[in-house]
Amino acid sequence: MGKTLLEVKGLTTKYITRFHENVYAVDNVSFAVEEGKSLGIAGESGCGKSTLALSLMGYYFPPLHYMSGDILIDGRNISGMAPDDVRLHILGAEIAYIPQAAMNALNPTQKIIRFIEDVILAHDPKMGKKDIYDLARKRFEILNLPADVLQKHAVELSGGMKQRTVIAISTILSPKVLIADEPSSALDVSSQRVVIKMLRDLMEMGYIKCMIFITHELPLLYNVTDDIAVMYAGQFVEKGTAKEMVFDPLHPYSKGLMESIIVPESGTRDIKLSAIPGTPPNLKNPPSGCRFAERCRYVTPMCAASSVRFLDVAGERNYRCILPEEKLREVYGRA
Amino acid sequence: MHEGSNRPTDNRPTENCPTEKRVCLSGTGVTKVFGAGSRKTVAVDHVDFSFNEGEMISIVGESGSGKTTLVKMLLGLTSVTDGDLYFMGKKRDIRTRRRKKAYWKGIQAIFQDPFSAYNIFKKIDSVLLDCVHMRGGRHLPHEEKIRMISEACGFVNLKYEELTNKYPFELSGGQMQRLMIARIFLLRPKILLADEPTSMIDACSRATILDMLMKLRAEEGMTIVFITHDLGLAYYVSDRLMIMEKGVIVEQGAADEVILNPQHPYTKQLLSDVPKLTEPW
Repeated sequence: MGKTLLEVKGLTTKYITRFHENVYAVDNVSFAVEEGKSLGIAGESGCGKSTLALSLMGYYFPPLHYMSGDILIDGRNISGMAPDDVRLHILGAEIAYIPQAAMNALNPTQKIIRFIEDVILAHDPKMGKKDIYDLARKRFEILNLPADVLQKHAVELSGGMKQRTVIAISTILSPKVLIADEPSSALDVSSQRVVIKMLRDLMEMGYIKCMIFITHELPLLYNVTDDIAVMYAGQFVEKGTAKEMVFDPLHPYSKGLMESIIVPESGTRDIKLSAIPGTPPNLKNPPSGCRFAERCRYVTPMCAASSVRFLDVAGERNYRCILPEEKLREVYGRA
Repeated sequence: MHEGSNRPTDNRPTENCPTEKRVCLSGTGVTKVFGAGSRKTVAVDHVDFSFNEGEMISIVGESGSGKTTLVKMLLGLTSVTDGDLYFMGKKRDIRTRRRKKAYWKGIQAIFQDPFSAYNIFKKIDSVLLDCVHMRGGRHLPHEEKIRMISEACGFVNLKYEELTNKYPFELSGGQMQRLMIARIFLLRPKILLADEPTSMIDACSRATILDMLMKLRAEEGMTIVFITHDLGLAYYVSDRLMIMEKGVIVEQGAADEVILNPQHPYTKQLLSDVPKLTEPW
């Protein structure tokens, strides 16, 4: 068992709307990621995946507000820090973030090397430009990116190349934790593969120590991360290893998600694809009981009555449902 | 409502369809060239195709392979540099605005980005009423128009009562894309061009959108041309696949043949780039 690098305990953050309503987008989320491991977070649009990413970085700018909970990076608690301090000491050096639309993250009037200078000088103002260039060129070469990209503008690069450049820029200081928020969903399958390969290389070469990967593409998560957590209405509903989650999901919501997987393999055309009916609950006033009860096909009268804890099953597996493990497997028709 | 997403079993394509269907849209040597001289880019390079009635065809390729340019030419949104297009057996003629409008009654499209597909100043009611009017329902009584709209909304599992008097931006991405399909249901075109209709919405709503498209095909007998870069999706929905690389169709055939026994190296590469569950990626 490796050292725990990122630990999150009971993190709750909220948005305050312009009508002064509280929306708890991340509600009491706890998890830990060990050194050399990656955690995938899956869920529908609007379930709080991206808010969780922003919250982990300590990026609390209105309307997002921190409520409670701890975020420990290598034992150091960053949850109480002011956003400006976080930006100065944590972002880039301890925790790095890759946004979904990397294409829009690059200023079109600047050369790529300027962004790298920006990142490095923010943390080490004394470093010379020549040293920065050498460092950047070396890193780019290791990551199989052509070094002449450094002297180019963002508009000269293709979508996949931009995304890889953004990854290289944000990991230039070798952060401990990398948060990738849908890094490949705007790309086609071929560029996606190259981007994912680069993330894997970064992990293997030790430039990043652990990774949180957010996406709704489950086959991708299965191939990229060690563990998968499924998020629903601001809470984790199930967490386990990638294999368990895809082939033996316990929570009815995870099961629904896994049923929406389409892969080009024989037998795909015979599967009946089923969507989960209904919409997620409004997080302004979430249901007091199980948040999935309204859409659950195995709902019981008890579901809506009591709030459901995150239950431990043998090992690292957790899920949030009142039905016991055997009972769930029984209703799914799995022995 | 869990059985609502049930796919009708009878619309499953068979390997060799015994009844020969009529060709409804075809093209020979269709070419699109952007620019000229040294800056010339051939986006679509002498493509031949024919779409049969009631068929579901996927065009698959990576970014920049010319898929969207082909769709734009089919819709008449950009000019064709070279080659001929035939619609319902006749050579396509969209030289005047009136003929173009008549052509669009037969061919419609759903685009990738539902968020930018609507006029933000117009309410949903007017979007749907426009469709009723385009089908020649301008002189129908108001109640009849509302009934038609409600039926279309019901087709895509939306409730008209919840949509009326709202603006498109008040809906979620999945709902907007479903509303797009409700429009298609009202217009009942012969051919529907779906240009990456599911790439901007999450995997869960994707299943719903695909179901709706299958339903349109099964109930209306519509020809659907599905553009995507995801071979998994293409394989799941379509009868026939066309693989496009750099403006050229490199492989085409029945879905099962192309996916389970690919011949062209590009198809093999595309297939290997898709993350799978049973084999290491």
